[in-house]
Amino acid sequence: MSYFPILNQKDTRSGFGAGLLELGKEHSNVVALCADLTGSLKMDAFQKAYPNRFFQVGIAEANMMGLAAGMTIGGLIPYTGTFANFSTGRVYDQIRQSIAYSGKNVKICASHAGLTLGEDGATHQILEDIGLMKMLPGMTVINPCDYNQTLAATKAIAVLKGPVYLRFGRPVVPNFTPENQEFIPGKALILKEGKDLTLVATGHLVWEALQAAKELENQGIDAEVINIHTIKPLDTTAILLSVKKTGRILTAEEHQQAGGLGESIAAFLAGIYPVPQAFVAVQDSFGESGTPEALMEKYGLKAAHIVAKSKLLLDRR
Amino acid sequence: MSISATNLQTLQDMATQVRRDILRMTHGAKSGHPGGSLGCAELFVALYFHVLRHNNRFDMDGKGEDLFFLSNGHISPVWYSTLARAGYFPLEELATFRHINSRLQGHPATHEHLEGIRIASGSLGQGLSVAIGAAQAKKMNQDSHLVYVLMGDGEQQEGQIWEAAMYAPHHQVDNLIALIDVNNRQIDGDVDQVMNLRSLEQKYRSFGWNVLNTDGNHLEDLILSLEEAAGLCGKGQPTLILMKTEMGQGVDFMMGTHKWHGVAPNDEQLQTALAQLPSTLTDY
Repeated sequence: MSYFPILNQKDTRSGFGAGLLELGKEHSNVVALCADLTGSLKMDAFQKAYPNRFFQVGIAEANMMGLAAGMTIGGLIPYTGTFANFSTGRVYDQIRQSIAYSGKNVKICASHAGLTLGEDGATHQILEDIGLMKMLPGMTVINPCDYNQTLAATKAIAVLKGPVYLRFGRPVVPNFTPENQEFIPGKALILKEGKDLTLVATGHLVWEALQAAKELENQGIDAEVINIHTIKPLDTTAILLSVKKTGRILTAEEHQQAGGLGESIAAFLAGIYPVPQAFVAVQDSFGESGTPEALMEKYGLKAAHIVAKSKLLLDRR
Repeated sequence: MSISATNLQTLQDMATQVRRDILRMTHGAKSGHPGGSLGCAELFVALYFHVLRHNNRFDMDGKGEDLFFLSNGHISPVWYSTLARAGYFPLEELATFRHINSRLQGHPATHEHLEGIRIASGSLGQGLSVAIGAAQAKKMNQDSHLVYVLMGDGEQQEGQIWEAAMYAPHHQVDNLIALIDVNNRQIDGDVDQVMNLRSLEQKYRSFGWNVLNTDGNHLEDLILSLEEAAGLCGKGQPTLILMKTEMGQGVDFMMGTHKWHGVAPNDEQLQTALAQLPSTLTDY
């Protein structure tokens, strides 16, 4: 297989911070709002460089979403920053009415998504955010896989007209995609070609899927690996082409199975080209405190879990 | 006095016609919110025909003009009527209110591209935040025009209002004039019975706002207050006008009760009501 050497180990939220800083230089109408988590979101560099374009809103996320919607009237491009839980569930109606239904060009940037924020526990570990956001008509949902891709995505969505949910996280994970890559929203990336089954992953589980493919190759199984960084709109063409070749698909994500990437793919394939599918995702459960590594292991989101479910999938008729 | 008697009469005539529109629209839809709409006819007419410096052609970004946002979106009939009569869209379209395939949704929306509307509203408590954001965008764009927003008094029970009320003075959003329609009515009864707001004036003052009081059903008082509020802009603080109104104003059987908050008149009630508001212009 084609190997992806680890360039370095970095958190995806730092990719967001770096992308936002670059945007500040390139687009004078990009502004940033933050609800008392400037350091956690890595927005401090932008705040320092462009103090007049940074708005501290305090611990008031509902107001932040409304402010951002209002700022688009007049041509600004607001980026809101808080944890994924407070970016979605807490402010769902504000996003629904003032942003999505009103068609506003707001970029909702959400850190600390999923289990891997770790020790803070389930109150902060949202596993439903992709589902909440993808259900909103007109909302683009993006979950990049590493630092470099998060940086590229942060910049790319500035020129994508309309509301965007950009999801990233706290843990340090392998950074393996190219620096200065072009990010095309809605375009799946085939990382490895294969013929026996298709592994589709989003976020930092793309790295786990690659490690799983390597292990499967050792066992004589040739897996195709696709990085779906954009969950909505879904690159259905890439998925269909792949499953027509492999006839089997496994989806992997740090999210509830209900409402996640796997569900979107299942719904698409059910109507056009049904194939056996396996899901690596959280099964109708809240998270808990623990290290990111321990949580990934306990909730079944590691490469080894992808390998095990792949083999069961291959045994299905 | 900042307005001539002739102009005042013209505005009063317009308000009467807007009231007729409100009654006929809600009657035609067999639904909608006539009570609060009737109570705010003077405000909408004063804004769109006297106070707002607004362009005739609608542009979403609204650069170089004053902006108005309606947070309590359920009083859409008074806004739609005023917008149509100010030339934003054809008068005939008022007849489509709340019908299928209409741009005049039950609550205001941008989705159908109705000229004059810049944000959806209806789910309460969100408009003040939006207006503050738009006001800050004006400052960033070095646009000296003002942003106005109307809220309901019952709506002050929403938590987001107070997040926004805290934010605007902190960030010195002084190009903003917020209004509250103080009619002391909400769906379940009188506001002070459902959930007592106590002194909105003291609350907003303590948050750092200028607060004015006016009679929202007295055109001249209202215009003087709006002009006074504009004069307070640019001095570091946002301004609030507490506007006392009568729900159902102009129709005797709709006044003095909360019952006409969200109920449309039937055929007979419509005729009784219209007889109290003789046509001043032409019905749509």
